Amino acid sequence: MLEIALDARRGAFHLEIECRLVSEWTVIFGPSGAGKSTLLRLIAGLDRPDRGRIALDQQSLTDSANRIYLKPGRRRTALVAQQTALFPHLSVAANVAYGLAGLDGRSRTARVAEMLHVVGASNLADRKPRNLSGGEAQRVALARALAPLPRLLLLDEPFSALDGAASDALLSRLQEWLREHRVQTVLVTHDATDAYATGAEVALLREGRLAALGPATSALAAERERIVGRLGGI
Amino acid sequence: MDWQAFALTLRLASVTTAILLAVSVPLAALLVLGRGRWLAGVEAVAALPLVLPPTVLGFFLLVLLGPRTAVGRGITALLGHPLAFSFDGLVVGSVIYSLPFAVQPLVAGFAAVEPALLDAARLLGAGSARIVFTLLIPLARRSLLAAAVLSFLHTVGEFGVVLMLGGDIPGATRTLSILLYNQVENFDYAAADRTAGLLLGLSAAALAAIYIGTRPRGGRRA
Repeated sequence: MLEIALDARRGAFHLEIECRLVSEWTVIFGPSGAGKSTLLRLIAGLDRPDRGRIALDQQSLTDSANRIYLKPGRRRTALVAQQTALFPHLSVAANVAYGLAGLDGRSRTARVAEMLHVVGASNLADRKPRNLSGGEAQRVALARALAPLPRLLLLDEPFSALDGAASDALLSRLQEWLREHRVQTVLVTHDATDAYATGAEVALLREGRLAALGPATSALAAERERIVGRLGGI
Repeated sequence: MDWQAFALTLRLASVTTAILLAVSVPLAALLVLGRGRWLAGVEAVAALPLVLPPTVLGFFLLVLLGPRTAVGRGITALLGHPLAFSFDGLVVGSVIYSLPFAVQPLVAGFAAVEPALLDAARLLGAGSARIVFTLLIPLARRSLLAAAVLSFLHTVGEFGVVLMLGGDIPGATRTLSILLYNQVENFDYAAADRTAGLLLGLSAAALAAIYIGTRPRGGRRA
């Protein structure tokens, strides 16, 4: 369970959110500039809020009142964004192994092979990032983020470079793996179909505020009507 | 040719470069990765030798390392001899004098590494030291080469600090630039020609090494 109650100002933008995400999959939906990516960075610990608390399974990750701030690498939280940020001088296998410094060589090799298999990138292990397509790079970034077995996975539109069929296949395999390893997932998107496809709890974000939280059918009812209305006009 | 001065100059430049890289890599990493206004002060102090006349720096060091100050007396008690007018003293002066020539290329190189890569490393549990050794140094290796060569060359060519702090002691503090000064003062232009030619050749070769090593394979606009 992810508990969020925070207040963060970035210039003129003000993010103020209080919610409790209990579902295995939560989709944060909202237009560009709603604060989705900012929220993920705050949860991951890459940025700090002005005030507030973020807790995962009762453990405080950030708590300004009690001066608690866990460093990003100590939160067991993974973040995969549209920008894959693969280390350009390392092979795909070395990229995936980067977060496995605590494992011995044999376990590390086995985990790298497992993660590349999960994302369907086993054939890419020896390649350098510059020799990957956009979709391949996103698969590898996902494998690298999952390799240390995080408790929480934050996805910031990570499948944008994959076509629909490839994205669906990866999503299905990924959901199975995440369920098996009990990893809570928060997926950020501005595409309403993503929210419906995963059958997840949906948090609707608008101008830095939480506008709705619940099943996609209720949280996105207005959005659905807007899309249907546009399609009806064609 | 005074090969003793040549060997001393190369030794001084090599030792200075090695110390500068050991000091400048963590300092540049701190300036790039660190947060806080106080870092601006550190950066200003590290850049000070760029604008300070070498003779001024040499004079301050001469006084600081001499018997008039507690620092100088402490060092003398520790080493058994004063640092001024010794090779070790020249190393101290050269490290301070050439510090910006090592720090600035490294800061530029480290700052050019994409922040998203650093975020990814932090999320994967890497601490600052691991980020420096596994990301910043490999990705900014051209800046590291530039820092090494510039530090080496700047030390080879330094004059004011060496003269103020080391004087002109053959085998201990007489470097090629001091030798050249002596040769010109004695109207021995033939010897000065050879010394100046050697310094020019050394500088040109080292600069060529920088440009060959730092030029992207596909050209600068690739």
